[in-house]
Amino acid sequence: MSASLIGARVQRKEDYRFLTGAGQYTDDVTLPNQSYAAFVRSPHAHATIKSIKIDKAKKAPGVIAVYTGEDVAQAKLGGLPCGWLITDVNGQPMKEPPHPVLAQGKVRYVGDQVAVVVAETQEQARDAAEQVEVSYDVLPAVVDAVQATKKGAPVLHDIAPDNTCYVWALGDKAAVDAAFAKAAHVTKLEFVNNRLIPNAIEPRSANGSYSRADDNYTLYVASQNPHVERLLMTAFVMGLPEHKVRVVAPDVGGGFGSKIYLYAEDVAVTWASRQVGRPVKWTADRSESFVSDAHGRDHHTIAEMAMDKDGKFIGMRVHTHANVGAYLSTFASCVPTILYATLLAGQYTTPLIYCQVTAVFTNTAPVDAYRGAGRPEATYVVERLVETAAREMKLDPAEIRRRNFIREFPYQTPVALQYDTGDYEATLAAAIKMADVAGFAKRKEEAAKGGKLRGLGYAAYIEACGIAPSAVAGSLGARAGLFEAGEIRVHPTGSVTVFTGSHSHGQGHETTFAQVVAERLGMPVENVDIVHGDTSKILFGMGTYGSRSIAVGGTAIVKALDKIIDKGKKIAAHLMEASEGDVEYDKGVFKVSGTDKQKAFGEVAFAAYVPHNYPHDKLEPGLNENAFYDPSNFTFPAGSYVCEVEIDPDTGQTKIVNFTAVDDFGKIINPMIVEGQVHGGLTQGIGQALTENCHYDPDTGQLVTGSFSDYCIPRADDVPSYQVDTRETPCTHNPLGVKGCGEAGAIGAPAAVINAITDALWSMGIKDIPMPATAQTVWKAIQSASKKAA
Amino acid sequence: MSVKVSMKVNGKPVSAEVEERTLLVTLIREHLRLTGTHVGCDTAQCGACTVQMNGNVVKSCSMLAMQAEGADVRTIESVAAADGTLHPMQAAFKEHHGLQCGFCTPGMVMNAIDFAKKNPGASEHEVREALEGNLCRCTGYHNIVKAIMAGSKAMAGAK
Amino acid sequence: MHAFKYHRPGSVKDAAALVGKNADAKLLGGGQTLVQTMKLRLASPTDVVDLGTIKELAGIKVAGGTVEVGAMTRHAAVAGSAEVKKAIPALAALAGMIGDRQVREMGTIGGSIANSDPAADYPAAVLGLGATIITDKRKIEADKFFTGMFETALQPGEIITAVSFPVPKRAAYMKFKNPASRFAIVGVFVAETGNGIRVAVTGAGPNAFRVPEMEKALGAKFAPESVAKVKVKADDLNSDLHASAEYRAHLVTVMAKRAVEAAMK
Ligand SMILES: Cc1cc2nc3c(=O)[nH]c(=O)nc-3n(C[C@H](O)[C@H](O)[C@H](O)COP(=O)(O)OP(=O)(O)OC[C@H]3O[C@@H](n4cnc5c(N)ncnc54)[C@H](O)[C@@H]3O)c2cc1C
Ligand code: FES
Ligand code: FES
Repeated sequence: MSASLIGARVQRKEDYRFLTGAGQYTDDVTLPNQSYAAFVRSPHAHATIKSIKIDKAKKAPGVIAVYTGEDVAQAKLGGLPCGWLITDVNGQPMKEPPHPVLAQGKVRYVGDQVAVVVAETQEQARDAAEQVEVSYDVLPAVVDAVQATKKGAPVLHDIAPDNTCYVWALGDKAAVDAAFAKAAHVTKLEFVNNRLIPNAIEPRSANGSYSRADDNYTLYVASQNPHVERLLMTAFVMGLPEHKVRVVAPDVGGGFGSKIYLYAEDVAVTWASRQVGRPVKWTADRSESFVSDAHGRDHHTIAEMAMDKDGKFIGMRVHTHANVGAYLSTFASCVPTILYATLLAGQYTTPLIYCQVTAVFTNTAPVDAYRGAGRPEATYVVERLVETAAREMKLDPAEIRRRNFIREFPYQTPVALQYDTGDYEATLAAAIKMADVAGFAKRKEEAAKGGKLRGLGYAAYIEACGIAPSAVAGSLGARAGLFEAGEIRVHPTGSVTVFTGSHSHGQGHETTFAQVVAERLGMPVENVDIVHGDTSKILFGMGTYGSRSIAVGGTAIVKALDKIIDKGKKIAAHLMEASEGDVEYDKGVFKVSGTDKQKAFGEVAFAAYVPHNYPHDKLEPGLNENAFYDPSNFTFPAGSYVCEVEIDPDTGQTKIVNFTAVDDFGKIINPMIVEGQVHGGLTQGIGQALTENCHYDPDTGQLVTGSFSDYCIPRADDVPSYQVDTRETPCTHNPLGVKGCGEAGAIGAPAAVINAITDALWSMGIKDIPMPATAQTVWKAIQSASKKAA
Repeated sequence: MSVKVSMKVNGKPVSAEVEERTLLVTLIREHLRLTGTHVGCDTAQCGACTVQMNGNVVKSCSMLAMQAEGADVRTIESVAAADGTLHPMQAAFKEHHGLQCGFCTPGMVMNAIDFAKKNPGASEHEVREALEGNLCRCTGYHNIVKAIMAGSKAMAGAK
Repeated sequence: MHAFKYHRPGSVKDAAALVGKNADAKLLGGGQTLVQTMKLRLASPTDVVDLGTIKELAGIKVAGGTVEVGAMTRHAAVAGSAEVKKAIPALAALAGMIGDRQVREMGTIGGSIANSDPAADYPAAVLGLGATIITDKRKIEADKFFTGMFETALQPGEIITAVSFPVPKRAAYMKFKNPASRFAIVGVFVAETGNGIRVAVTGAGPNAFRVPEMEKALGAKFAPESVAKVKVKADDLNSDLHASAEYRAHLVTVMAKRAVEAAMK
């Protein structure tokens, strides 16, 4: 082994199967005697169920069974749990209304599941689902969080008469108010962080089966965290012991958060498989995904920044209404609080911050974490305020950032986090250079000649990843641990299988993790295979979300590797008749220091499994170790983005002409994969800024943007080729020095894009533009600005 | 009611008794168990189901199996050489990291090969336009575009 | 999709016989609209009559100052046809803007205009060039063909066999796409034909329509500035999440101007 594998652009091990059509996604799994499920969903946003008639459906061709809320109630299936308890400002626990697997007398959003039909074929199940006759009393609906808290608004749950799940706050309000009182300038913005629909291209899918012979269940499911799914399903919903349920998340076609949660359909097919004695498979069609996947964002925020006369930030005040949808999804409660307000310091030394969050039930699909989860919303607040403040105070937007950057680490923010390292100046300077900000004025002039408006915007984001020390999370309300587990199985001839509790659904763990292991053990990557996504193979796992896999999952693997090497040294010492303290491990070889005695890793592994000459008195045979790792802090990736746009004032169309991203992810294992993560994140962020908007009709509560014909996820010709680079301040508290890179793009991009658009339009008196800044939105803003000017 | 449908899939003649409402993609995935062709939407927009039919690419989710009667259909499973060597376009996707979760990938590759064959030397802009019917939520397209430009060159060179 | 009976007639006559008798039968062109609506269970014909294998329906003929496109000619064939590119480049370009590569390989001109989707592209060319729609029963002038949203002059069971486009002196099509569906929010086809100037708009109203004020202004002077000041009334235009009627009205002017510019090149 010569060059280091850490930092190498190793091609992905998983690609061959995906490129040849050999990937195995959940819907590709068809079991012997397979049956199929279709769900009857509510066509109304809010209604009481008067009656459900299933006779016709039961008699339809191919139908095996039909179940309604009554059946699941009789079976005593619990509701879907929420994994994070938030405590209200009054010290009360948040309101947790039941979230039934099938509706109990009432439906609360369009798509709420009412009944399930199991049939011989998919089409027969769908045919029969149409034959289930549900009679509803339609109730008034409310889809907007602010409206829902007003007096007289329709009430979703009896336990929350004002539709408020909780009011939560962070920070010292009085101190912040005092800072505002003495501010030289205050910048205030009110905006909506638009609601998004994740839309992983693989729709959700679940295939449950029950074996009477072994009295156990197997669930294949498109999930980002099979162990958590199993824990929630067994302990909270089905009342089963965990060893009776195996959850397999095979190849998963993208998640972005939407596949973290335990969904009703997963439970329903698992439960039904026992009732009908056959495997039951359900795969969402896209229309179903639109209405029933957990959505993201949906904040209404009023934000203010107070500055002294030099543009130093002296205080920040934020009030957010967060829409949580009709029921609490698995992590819904922590996203607009713990993952949001704690990030409001951004990269700056703002000494006083107060944030109040009102979480509100509405007649919409549940809202939960979507790529970035809370942190894009926080970054949008901070970076829109900062850029607007700079313009209002006639300061260069880069300069105002510089004046406020945190420069000494570790840094304790006023919103609970302690940043371990960072160099914000470095990423900003690099981004400015790469984006040729110096040449912008000239490009703007050129564009103006062609009748186009150019604008340039920055975003300097921070995120907290690698969630988190379990004890801290627990004290903040988490109902689960947040460690990760890994196991290294060395085979007798020295090749290695690694079992990780992290889950890959596009992130390339099979390659990145193999690089880490191969580097540490000094062997080719080909000798290392990574296994993930199966509770019967992997000891435990918390799964993949919040850019935590390499920082937490990777570290667990490193810890297990250390144990392997330790044991290997003992074996090698025995084989070479040396003292253990003299044995060193380097590049695949155990050596006795100062001698030419050595044993290859494979020889030591062999000795462990064919222990003829072996220190049986001190060691067990075999070479297999596992480790659990609970981080001591979050990691804090950060970066600076520069977006340049060109607007056609005649149509309002915005084109991104250049996008530069310089990120600090700490140490990088595989830059090729990291760049890919950034590209993908940026595109989702640009989607949020320019095209994506989940829209419910305010009167009927119908989802207007219920297909790709109305909900616009970016296509190839909507986005540019990106300029990306990295700077590196290694994380101080994990052995790999890594921070995580999965969400950065989605976090930083929206603010950068809107900052660029408002830069282009600033001279017309346009200070803010709502997301998504569609052509129509921009055109309208230009129209009303020019009317005002006239 | 079921009817008989016959065609060539990946060079092999196949025929099946199917319901008349069977989509081509259902025939491919469920009856022939070729699960490399994916379904990502129900409005013919994502392109995950893209296959080649009589030398052109089509969305197998938006046609009836009956519409492919007698046709020559090729799916992602037939793209690599018999010995497993990747097609130059597949190799380019791998080299340029043009895939992440892999779900859109079969459709992307099928479209890319057809496009490259018919439009050698296309510009980046043209490649982006050619991907109008293929959605990817993971890659942000950057590396897919790079891969197609490179794969296209490799295909031209291999001729 | 609901169950149905599938038919594969060998001729237009056989097809006509199959749909003529049955109000719940549907003709299947390329299926790019019909199969979607059936999949979403929004359409449930009892019988599907596939025009796909009727040879006489596909193909392009250029002769005597017209371009005749068979009803089952795929968008890709029109977009790629050297003859169409030469005779009416704007028509080839328009066909090349429909949907995506895969959709263009299946979708047909007959299906597109029979469907009269308010946001479809072909209607702009059909109306903008003053084409003639040829059916198994008669010939219909473009001006009489599009009668409403998803409505045409076709009688139940009537089959489009071809569309005949007169070759114009010059023409161009400009499309402002819906970012999500990629259909036209507004598309404007401008043509200088033997019978004068024609300006046809799709996407903006319930069905494609002409703009006489623009035609008059361009008749006086064929230049972008002639249409720059002409505004269509927003009152009758479509309004949705993507574009209000006012925005559409504005875009008609902008796209018309750009189409004139392009036609002059
Ligand atoms: C993803 C996607 C994007 C698209 N984008 C666009 C776009 O940008 N612009 C655009 O204009 N269109 C677009 N379309 C629509 C596409 O052009 C369709 O092909 C077209 O609208 C219908 O043509 P078809 O041949 O597929 O007809 P079908 O779907 O088979 O039929 C449509 C209707 O026409 C009837 N019909 C078909 N043929 C005949 C005939 N010969 N005589 C009488 N009636 C007939 C059918 O009975 C049916 O009612 C898009 C479609 C998709 C799926
Ligand atoms: S599945 Fe065919 S286009 Fe989406
Ligand atoms: S790689 Fe995941 S959708 Fe394209």
